[in-house]
Amino acid sequence: MSLSAQDIERIAHLARIRVTPDEVVQVQSKLEGIFKLIDEMQAVNTQGVEPMSHGLDMVLRLREDAVTASNERDKLQSNAPQAAEGYFLVPKVIE
Amino acid sequence: MSWNTFATVAETKAALDSKAVSAVELATHYLDRAEKLQPALNAYVTRDREKTLLAAKAADDKRTKTEKGNIAPLLGVPIAHKDIYLIDGWRTTCGSKMLENFIAPYTSTVVKYMADAGMVTLGKLNMDEFAMGSSNETSHFGPVKNPWDLTRVPGGSSGGSAASVAAGLTPASTGTDTGGSIRQPAMFCNLTGLKPTYGICSRWGIIAFASSLDQAGPFAQTAEDCAMLLNAMAGFDPNDSTSLDRAKENYSRDLEKPLTGLRIGLPKEFFGDGVAPGIAKAVDDALAVYRTLGATTVEVSLPNVKYSVPAYYVVAPAEASSNLSRFDGVRYGHRAAEYTDLLDMYKRSRAEGFGAEVKRRILIGTYVLSHGYYDAYYLQAGKLRRLIAEDFKRAYEKCDLVMGPTAPEGAFQFGAKSDDPVKMYLNDIFTICANLTGQPAMSHPCGVDKDTGQFVGMHVIGNYLDEARMLNAAHQFQLATDWHKRHPNI
Repeated sequence: MSLSAQDIERIAHLARIRVTPDEVVQVQSKLEGIFKLIDEMQAVNTQGVEPMSHGLDMVLRLREDAVTASNERDKLQSNAPQAAEGYFLVPKVIE
Repeated sequence: MSWNTFATVAETKAALDSKAVSAVELATHYLDRAEKLQPALNAYVTRDREKTLLAAKAADDKRTKTEKGNIAPLLGVPIAHKDIYLIDGWRTTCGSKMLENFIAPYTSTVVKYMADAGMVTLGKLNMDEFAMGSSNETSHFGPVKNPWDLTRVPGGSSGGSAASVAAGLTPASTGTDTGGSIRQPAMFCNLTGLKPTYGICSRWGIIAFASSLDQAGPFAQTAEDCAMLLNAMAGFDPNDSTSLDRAKENYSRDLEKPLTGLRIGLPKEFFGDGVAPGIAKAVDDALAVYRTLGATTVEVSLPNVKYSVPAYYVVAPAEASSNLSRFDGVRYGHRAAEYTDLLDMYKRSRAEGFGAEVKRRILIGTYVLSHGYYDAYYLQAGKLRRLIAEDFKRAYEKCDLVMGPTAPEGAFQFGAKSDDPVKMYLNDIFTICANLTGQPAMSHPCGVDKDTGQFVGMHVIGNYLDEARMLNAAHQFQLATDWHKRHPNI
């Protein structure tokens, strides 16, 4: 499999990462090698195999639908790049 | 006070219990040493003398006020944490520019459990950015140096965790292991490091890389210490949806058992051409020691294990791309100084905040999860995980533990692999399988590669929840050998 420059630009857009034209070329060559490695697994016939996501095949627990968190808004927002009056500030999105 | 900076956790605990030393004296000693060696090793990202000494003072007070039988097991013993663990009020960077100024608003469960056991936090240890790397060269804060040879890498991603214990900056440290990030640096720095069974240490408050693979674990000089540390770290946590709800276990209980009758499985896939001859020789010699201790060895086969690395580089980036989408420059983390609109703000903030390796993995993950590719990549990788787990299941019909080299080559020079990600990834060829299956695995010192002079680690993989048996084997090996007693001249 080979990735075109357009592929890289499309993935980077989906991942919300800005890439410059120079970076596209670099990323393209590195990813090419990595996907060559990844594609080795296509050789295995896995028909009928149940995919595994947990070694002990456990089922995720459910908890009571009850409030457990305390109000720590100010503390949590102290890490925000921009916040005011309890809100996170972002560039204007609605005209 | 004169203190042996290479004292083990067990020795430190004994000295505290006998009042030969105080927690404040220990904390002061290790903080001073860390400060002195920081320019040479770069092992720490953050230290906070005031916080540490306050905790040490509290530990000393507790000791005088508590009845002898009720004293917390590791009261006053110092510990340093990988900078991936949130600790309330401490800067927590995950080795990234993205979190350069992030102050954790709460404490991770593992750190809390260790504090409950009485341990005193010395600081936060350097690491590969977001735990993505095998050499510590991807850290935004610069690489950690291997205390045995400052021109070589300490391994990664928990490089600071390994270097700090090896250099006697702390008796023990925590790490995390998503593909070998505890075991490979343990080998490179001649330490004992354990990645427990997935689910026994809570992931809550550990910055997520690949959630189905990430596990917390200890670094120390000995298996005995690792058992004591795991006793403190492990335990059910309702805040982690994959935490195993089971009774507390004493991981030290079997340490003194003789190894008579222990069956060690040797997968032929771990002893192939890819392994450096000096490493193969050291591992063979160590297996001979295990045999003199009463163990028997038997060849086993893990035919699908060769697909571990390809499957991992689908699963780990896929989960990483999803986990790291939370870094948007809005709620926390880096925000670009200039942008045109919201989308541009996201893109620039993430482009500036993440380093090259992290971006690479996010892009791989985004691609394999994108429309039309899911079945070929993520689903196929999930099926391979099952096949690899079944290989191990069959092997355990013939053996109790699986052993081999931890890595195909020892500590390498800075820059040796940093331009070629595939070369770097293949250093984890033996460790990754245990993350994919969720089994416990550890590395303990077992010799030196005579060709390179670098340390060799014995990789011990166990069946699910079989940590006590693995620690027993490693402890008995350490009673019969002295590889783990060597310290760098630094």
